[in-house]
Amino acid sequence: MDAILLQVLNGLDKGGAYALIALGLTIIFGTLGVVNFAHGALFMLGAFCAVAVKSVLSLEKVTLDPTKTTAWGTPMEIRVPYIEAWFGDFGATVLDFSVPISIIIAIPVMLLIGVAMERGLIRFFYKRPHAEQILVTFGLAIVLQEIVKSQFGANPIPQPAPDLAKGMIDFGIMVGFDAGNIVYPAWRLIYFLFSIVIITAVFAFLQFTTFGMVVRAGMADRETVGLLGIDIDKRFTIVFGMAAVVAGLAGVMYTPILSPDYHMGMDFLVLSFVVVVVGGMGSLGGAVAAGFMLGILQSFASMNEVKTIIPGIDQIIIYLIAVIILLVRPRGLMGRKGVMEH
Amino acid sequence: MSLLSVENVNKSFGGLKALDNVNLEIAAGTVHAIIGPNGAGKSTLLNCFVGRLEPDTGSVMFDGQSLLRIDPHEINQAGVSRVFQTPEIFGDLTLLENVMIPAFAKRDGAFTMNVWRGVALESDVRAKAMDMLADVGLSTKAQDIAGQLSRGDKRRLELAMCLVQEPKLLLLDEPTAGMARADTNNTIDLMKRIAARGVTMVVIEHDMHVVFSLAEKISVLAQGTVIAEGLPQDIKGDPRVQEAYLGGAHL
Amino acid sequence: MRNSSMSKNDLILLFCFSAAILAGPIILAPIGAGYPDLLQKFAIFGIFALGFNILFGLTGYLSFGHAAFLGAGSYTAVWTFKLLSMNPLPAILLATLMGGLFAALIGFICLRRSGIYFSILTLAFAQMSYNLAYSVLTPITNGETGLQLRQADPRILDAALGRDYGAVLPSSDFFGIDMTGYPGFYFCAVILIACFFFSMRIFRSPFGMMLRAVKSNQNRMNYTGLNTRPYALAAFIISGMYAGLAGGLLAVTDPLAGAERMQWTASGEVVLMTILGGSGTLLGPVIGAGAIKYFENIFSSFNEGILMKAFDFLPESLQHIMVSISSLFVGEGWHLTLGALFMLIVIFLPGGLMEGFNRLRTWLGNRTGGGDGGAVPDTAPAPSVGGD
Repeated sequence: MDAILLQVLNGLDKGGAYALIALGLTIIFGTLGVVNFAHGALFMLGAFCAVAVKSVLSLEKVTLDPTKTTAWGTPMEIRVPYIEAWFGDFGATVLDFSVPISIIIAIPVMLLIGVAMERGLIRFFYKRPHAEQILVTFGLAIVLQEIVKSQFGANPIPQPAPDLAKGMIDFGIMVGFDAGNIVYPAWRLIYFLFSIVIITAVFAFLQFTTFGMVVRAGMADRETVGLLGIDIDKRFTIVFGMAAVVAGLAGVMYTPILSPDYHMGMDFLVLSFVVVVVGGMGSLGGAVAAGFMLGILQSFASMNEVKTIIPGIDQIIIYLIAVIILLVRPRGLMGRKGVMEH
Repeated sequence: MSLLSVENVNKSFGGLKALDNVNLEIAAGTVHAIIGPNGAGKSTLLNCFVGRLEPDTGSVMFDGQSLLRIDPHEINQAGVSRVFQTPEIFGDLTLLENVMIPAFAKRDGAFTMNVWRGVALESDVRAKAMDMLADVGLSTKAQDIAGQLSRGDKRRLELAMCLVQEPKLLLLDEPTAGMARADTNNTIDLMKRIAARGVTMVVIEHDMHVVFSLAEKISVLAQGTVIAEGLPQDIKGDPRVQEAYLGGAHL
Repeated sequence: MRNSSMSKNDLILLFCFSAAILAGPIILAPIGAGYPDLLQKFAIFGIFALGFNILFGLTGYLSFGHAAFLGAGSYTAVWTFKLLSMNPLPAILLATLMGGLFAALIGFICLRRSGIYFSILTLAFAQMSYNLAYSVLTPITNGETGLQLRQADPRILDAALGRDYGAVLPSSDFFGIDMTGYPGFYFCAVILIACFFFSMRIFRSPFGMMLRAVKSNQNRMNYTGLNTRPYALAAFIISGMYAGLAGGLLAVTDPLAGAERMQWTASGEVVLMTILGGSGTLLGPVIGAGAIKYFENIFSSFNEGILMKAFDFLPESLQHIMVSISSLFVGEGWHLTLGALFMLIVIFLPGGLMEGFNRLRTWLGNRTGGGDGGAVPDTAPAPSVGGD
């Protein structure tokens, strides 16, 4: 029982990331009719927002301390981040919380990137075949990741979680098991909760605002909404920007779990696409459900007990599930008829 | 002797009964029109003939063979061709290719991997296709891309694609819908010529001018049931038919 | 009769194609591509793209998993070297068969769906193959190290024929001719020409017409008495065999097989080659493959020194700016160029380079006062059957 619960927990953070990326993908597909292969790159850009914020915050003031010398006899350099030098302990705290703080920066930045992408490129592809949409966004994804690579290098850049959230949480005690059986990194639990908050926010936005209503109507029947005389173009831009923000935030918060490198987006994109297809193209609930389902299944498949029975299952589980689901339920778990079949 | 016989066919979509115990006999060599108000189930019935839909119960026999539970391509290979309400053509291919493909299908069957004998050598198939295009008045456009044709031309092309297969039974779903009067008359003439060759035809049509110019027998469908059947002059005066068309339409 | 099955134009095209490929070392020398390693790559990836084009260009099914067949072909070829003989013929034969077999298996399942669902299914299968090749299939694939030849390999056929390679690690040889360098290129080139010929036969045949019909309207095909599934599957298997053959040739010229050949980025590369050249055209994929491999080679070898020289004519400050901008796109940053190229082609020239050539020809034709600018070229996607 404990082991099962632990595996479920292990799958939640990854599942949360899949769900957030897949949510944006499916919204873009449902409203704009565009297959966006650059969505993984948005996740990656979000992660690098955190990297950038951290490196700006930790810009250091270098002073020489003549009273001390190094082993080589030169005066000791004292390196203090400006922010600490100026604001003292508050500055140190800010630096410690650089990842959550990056969210504030990432929202406008990702919105801007999303809007620029939609206005500058995607909108010209609304009426083009899906194959061309896939190809042009695939090209864009390569361009974005290569730019990041040239700025930040090819190696992963670790981003620490705030000290407060660095430890482990004994989750077992909280749900009434013996202590020490289910210990779980705090940040991963925070990530899961964060993804739930974002997902809820997106659903609430779509459910309770007029704007969201139009978007949902657009997902159900794009042509009719266009005929109603609603300025759909402007809304498309905002929808795309929103999806970019969601993917970006998913990336920001994921950095303490996985040190970001330039190709993390591609890795997640392929899996997120599988998630979207399994959930059903254009289905919001499907994307979220499939995201968590596949995350959890993947974590179960990595258990040693499972791996000894079926060797290699951890490597292929997600794809295998995708194949089975697509063959049994052609339109995914919650897909609608006639979507994406040409 | 009937070429197509439909017995007790029922089809429901959810709670809606689209076809309610339909019985129909199509005699060989006749032009049989199926008329009825919108939503009467005419297209549903046609879809049951070509394998697009599967009836819930009942049987559809064609030339001694059941048309149910077999694939659309097998139905066509048995000798049934269909013209659709919105023309289904190969939009990226030339008109000539559009007509050659069904000719190949008729000659070589549902699947042939014929790689070594180039299309250029198939002069008889090509000649047959060209003749067919001339028949429908499209021979000057043989090398045009089909997707760029006008709607009326697309219909004629689709008709040529069906006719080149020399089907035993030709199903036409509103072949003149949306056509101008002159075009309609041309199509009527064309269909008369086809009928003269002895091709059995089932026509769904709204335009009564077309129906009464062509049909040798008429079945009237309303709310999924055949409410009247007979020769054109009988149908014209049938009060039930008037009723079905809300009493207002002049037949 | 054989001769009359090809039109005069096709014969000329085939002849010119063969001549251009065989004279490759001379023709391509002035642009710095006249050396065998690169020429081998042109030929091999040309075959890969030709095959992919039969599936994507004709039937419109966008596969994101064709690298799996390439990889399977490579592994098969290396195993053939190890177990049977260092002669490339059995290796490429078995590699082609394995590509076809693998494609039949995967195609049979994936072709039950179309559109993006088909793409994702093929991607899923390719990723599974890739992941498995790295993990549990290590006994067959030798995991990350890659499958290599060893001196102690049995090589049954060679042994039976009394062929002994002594103490050196053997390399593949075609009845005594070493398959590295130019002989290796000519071996690949002859196969490329054969593949091109076969592809041309498909394009010009009723079968090819049916494949284009699959892309155009499957509904109409069904109601026309044609079974679409076997047509699509046949195209999938043929393209898988081309991919397997290409993978086999990679192993012939360099007897080593690694799982990275199966990664989905490799699948993406063949898509790009086909699109860049012009999908659905006969010649396009080969040109696309050549262009990509050429630029990859050129751009990735550039460094700052070469760039400084290239912008020598500018004032120094400008020179530095230009160098720092353009250095983003070369060397390690070659993928940036690739991505940008990808986008530019899809945005401005969805028909690929072949469409570009045709437009240029039309434009030139108009400028010189007409001529044959409007004529349908031999390689247009829709060969005119009324032409002869």
